[in-house]
Amino acid sequence: MNDNSVTKKLMFYFPKCVCDEPIIYRLVKDYQLIVNVYRAKVTPEEEGYLVLDVTGKEAAIQRAIDFVKTFNVTVNSSGKGVVRDEERCADCGYCVPYCRPGALKIADRATRKVAYDESKCIECLACVRICPFGACTSAF
Amino acid sequence: MGNEIMKTYEQINDRIESGKAVVLTADEIMDYVDKKGLKAAAREVDVVTTATFGPMCSSGCFLNFGHSKPKIRMSEAWIADVLAYTGLAAVDVYLGCTQLRHGDPANMYPPGEFRYGGGHVIEDLVAGKTLQLFALSYGTDCYPLREIRTYFTIDDLNQAIMVNPRNCYQNYNVAVNRSEQTIYTYMGKLEPHQKNANYCSAGQLSPLLNDPFYETIGVGTRVWLAGAHGHVYAEGTQHAGGGARTPEGVPIGGAGTLALTGDMKQMKKEFVRGVSFIGYGVSLALGVGIPIPILNEEVLRRTCVRDRDILAPVVDYGFDYPQNTGNVLGRVSYEQLRTGRIEVDGKTIEEVGSLSSYSKALEIANLLADELRRGDFQLSAPFAPLRKDAKMKPLVKRRGNR
Repeated sequence: MNDNSVTKKLMFYFPKCVCDEPIIYRLVKDYQLIVNVYRAKVTPEEEGYLVLDVTGKEAAIQRAIDFVKTFNVTVNSSGKGVVRDEERCADCGYCVPYCRPGALKIADRATRKVAYDESKCIECLACVRICPFGACTSAF
Repeated sequence: MGNEIMKTYEQINDRIESGKAVVLTADEIMDYVDKKGLKAAAREVDVVTTATFGPMCSSGCFLNFGHSKPKIRMSEAWIADVLAYTGLAAVDVYLGCTQLRHGDPANMYPPGEFRYGGGHVIEDLVAGKTLQLFALSYGTDCYPLREIRTYFTIDDLNQAIMVNPRNCYQNYNVAVNRSEQTIYTYMGKLEPHQKNANYCSAGQLSPLLNDPFYETIGVGTRVWLAGAHGHVYAEGTQHAGGGARTPEGVPIGGAGTLALTGDMKQMKKEFVRGVSFIGYGVSLALGVGIPIPILNEEVLRRTCVRDRDILAPVVDYGFDYPQNTGNVLGRVSYEQLRTGRIEVDGKTIEEVGSLSSYSKALEIANLLADELRRGDFQLSAPFAPLRKDAKMKPLVKRRGNR
């Protein structure tokens, strides 16, 4: 990829499955995007989800999103597969060492509040499983 | 002569009442004393606020439902399907925070989920939610009703009194796992070969670490219990004030505990939080704030304890803790723990997490300080001290006829 390429984390929500369409193939072939799928739930005749990183030219990513939307797919470009509820979080920091990619970290050494950097999250769901307060949840 | 009485509780309370009290948090006092000197600061500062927020498994509440028509003497009762203890007077129950809901997954397919329990009921009650009561009775002449199903909120109850027999551990273990497999404990998920470590104390903000010899915290001390003005009603269970200490007097292990009580109707929901630990169970995370009156220089000096002065024992939860061997792998300071990396037995553990929220503790210390500055919180002198010589006894397995 050349210098003007960008990486975006996207979540696709399929109200009903479009399993017969090779969507990922099209993203690679037609829009020259590098695709890294973190997590997917694809079941015939049901809703489906896909959380992925796409890397490519910004304009190509936009065109790819428009293409995906033609299948009645909702595209969430802020990557909301894992959500941290700030109100439920008690800022204990228990999750921090379990978050291997470093998406959850102690933001401020004085107040010891926990911050969540969504762009670093790879959807491993370790935080969802271990948070005693149920502050981290998964969209699917 | 640092230990002579400089101020009395009455004098400090007068200053609080008139809105003139000088109050600092345990987080602020160290730098203040460094700047002003101990003598001047002791004259000037009236109260230092301490706090902690974390899972406190020995928490529960007494609830009084009032009498139905006709009356019932509940012999079994469930709140939101969580079993409550009914061996009390009619329509009183005790609900413990580690009790699981009937039908909870309860560690099915370990390490499994625990979804809801007593701690969550207590959180929901304080949050004002509507909950179901289902109770059964054997029926008597005076209490004829045999079954009741109804819905209630905390406002419908005559009393909702939190009673916690063991809160605010003075110091606590740092948990590691030296076994071959991942284990799931009340200290969280511990990976094999000491890959990670978890600890649970507010360290330099923690109440009993700022009053290590129980000079101001004793039976009768008024405390801030999740927003309510509660008090210490006894020494806590497993109170072991006679444990080993550093030369400065800071216990190097669990040591003292407090038994606390307070009115749940006065509590704030953000400081009463049900928790679920995968593979272990449910509990309640609770916020406690305790004011320390600065009676003299020595009391002030002890509130200046810093994370670097507090040593916590590192314990192997893979073998030593469950087998009660008493073995300690080493000791680390809270200053080290806060960096997220500790060294035990020459080996560095890179992944260190906290179950106690310093952030929430800081918030509580500040809330309590504000109440004291506004004159909304009065101090009470303890009327009985906590024991400084108590040791924790083990349960000895004996044969029946001996």
